[in-house]
Amino acid sequence: MTDFGAMGTWLAPIGSVQPLPVDQPALRERLRLTVVGVGLALLGLPVALALGILSIISVPLGLAVVGLALAWAVVPATELLAGLHRRVSGTLLDEEIPAGYAPTGDTTGFLRPFLWLRDPARWRDVGFLWFSATGGFVLSALPALLLTAPVIHLIGAILDGGVFWWLLVLLDGPMLLTWWLVTPHLARARALAERGILGHSRVEQLEQRVEEVTAARTETLDHSAAEVRRIERDLHDGAQAQMIAAGMHLGMAEKLVTSDPEAAAEKLRQARETTLSALAEMRALIKGIHPPALADTGLVGGIEALAFAAPIAVSVAADVPGHPPAAVESAVYFVIAECLTNVVKHADANRAWVKVEYVEGRLRAEVGDDGRGGADPNGSGLEGVRRRLSVFDGTISVSSPAGGPTVVTLELPCALSSQRIKPSSG
Amino acid sequence: MRIVFAEDQALLRVGLARVLTELGIDVVEVDNGPALVSALAGPDMDAAVVDVRLPPTQTTEGLAAAIEAREARPGFPVLVLSAMVEPEYARRLLADGSGAVGYLLKDRVTDLDQFVAAFRQVVAGGTVLDPEVVAAMLQQPAKTGPLARLTPREREVLALMAEGRSNAAIAARLFVSEKAVGKHTNSIFTKFDLPVAPDDNRRVLAVLAWLQK
Repeated sequence: MTDFGAMGTWLAPIGSVQPLPVDQPALRERLRLTVVGVGLALLGLPVALALGILSIISVPLGLAVVGLALAWAVVPATELLAGLHRRVSGTLLDEEIPAGYAPTGDTTGFLRPFLWLRDPARWRDVGFLWFSATGGFVLSALPALLLTAPVIHLIGAILDGGVFWWLLVLLDGPMLLTWWLVTPHLARARALAERGILGHSRVEQLEQRVEEVTAARTETLDHSAAEVRRIERDLHDGAQAQMIAAGMHLGMAEKLVTSDPEAAAEKLRQARETTLSALAEMRALIKGIHPPALADTGLVGGIEALAFAAPIAVSVAADVPGHPPAAVESAVYFVIAECLTNVVKHADANRAWVKVEYVEGRLRAEVGDDGRGGADPNGSGLEGVRRRLSVFDGTISVSSPAGGPTVVTLELPCALSSQRIKPSSG
Repeated sequence: MRIVFAEDQALLRVGLARVLTELGIDVVEVDNGPALVSALAGPDMDAAVVDVRLPPTQTTEGLAAAIEAREARPGFPVLVLSAMVEPEYARRLLADGSGAVGYLLKDRVTDLDQFVAAFRQVVAGGTVLDPEVVAAMLQQPAKTGPLARLTPREREVLALMAEGRSNAAIAARLFVSEKAVGKHTNSIFTKFDLPVAPDDNRRVLAVLAWLQK
């Protein structure tokens, strides 16, 4: 690749685009952007245009072998030029503009042009060449033009002295003002356009997204599998064992009913009591999976029930004009339940409050208290909460200065529906 | 006496309806929310026994229908049954302060005598909350308000009162004299600032005050 060392002083992110202040650093910044623009314009007009034309003609010429040879010259050169522009525009925007060419692997020289032909990134390069020679050229050259024209006018006026030149000199003030105002914007516009053309960001973003989703999915599956095992164990050791015991008592009662009715009655009583404790265990289990208030009345009702059941005063303010998906409701409910439990356990608070709102496609909830603060934002309790939310692209943040108050904020994107959709009847 | 009994689980509905019929009660059985609402609209109903969750939405139509019926007829006796109890629902049911409300787990039907006693008490205008609701309420230590002023003994008495027990039953349960229980209840009424009224009514209001913290 090209050595960018010499460009180091010229390449830096665009500073402020504001017209003020008018001072030396701002002037230097504009001069720098003007020079960078000149560089880009010069690369645009002879180089990019030439490469652009050659690229286009190499395609039909590919039918004859000469086109393949031409491609071998043009495509790597284009890659080099595009790489330079990616670097320049990326630095101006202070971000990375990834290339994302399709891997050529160990394709032989003869076949490689056919791979290039199929690679959208290479075609984007061609698009870039033409942009660079046309619109891009204008965007980059304009600041230099605005800046140099007044100098030329002045020289012309002094050397020639004609009225025409002096009229032009009158225009110089507005031109310089325009230069001052538009230079950072033009540089930024060009960089944004190149990011749009050259950046492979969408694919990059999608790849990254897939990675995140895969990780979240794996964690969720692990978590669900563990939950299912726990429920299975609880049912097996609890309700199931008790139903067996109840059946046993009933069997004994059946045997005893004629010979010893009193003992039979005792066995029946035991059977009844056993079913009661089985019911109590199942209820506790169900409550852990899906609490009734949440199931019956949705998120806000569920939170109100949580607040009502809390041992400290909890006020609830909710503004959610509809119903989030059931899975989101459940996740948010349990996160808020966890937060309230933490408030009760650790915060030494007298009051807590929960605020739930829906703004611009995001469900946002805050749990705050008037306790002593100092909660560890990386505590183990929050890990589970983060995992619950990550599946929905949710985030959680904790503000807890020593002395309080503690505010936990969670946010996740979701759609609302006017009707509550119950996952199943129960 | 004519009551409507709303329950969508057929086994429980048929079984319990038989028990109530044997008591000489005319039982109208329904298995969904809209049918319950239209049955409740009839002028000849004396009471209702309803499941919180009913078709079609399986959420709280039973509860909603019961509360609505009591809005139309304050003090209309309602016994609400549910597989799970939620203290917040108890508060909503009792909110009008007119008594004649029961809120029990379905489990309680396994002790039929107790269930029938609870039903009679509700019809007579009393308040019967499931011990599990009461236990959930007891878990909440009050830091302020009249509740904080109750002695531990008074709190015990209040909890048993919420379960719908009479002074005699409370006395037997706590191994004290009925007179002592009477003293405690009067003290609770005073601390809750309840107006002088028939004892039954004040019991309802005390439980309501407790639920509303």
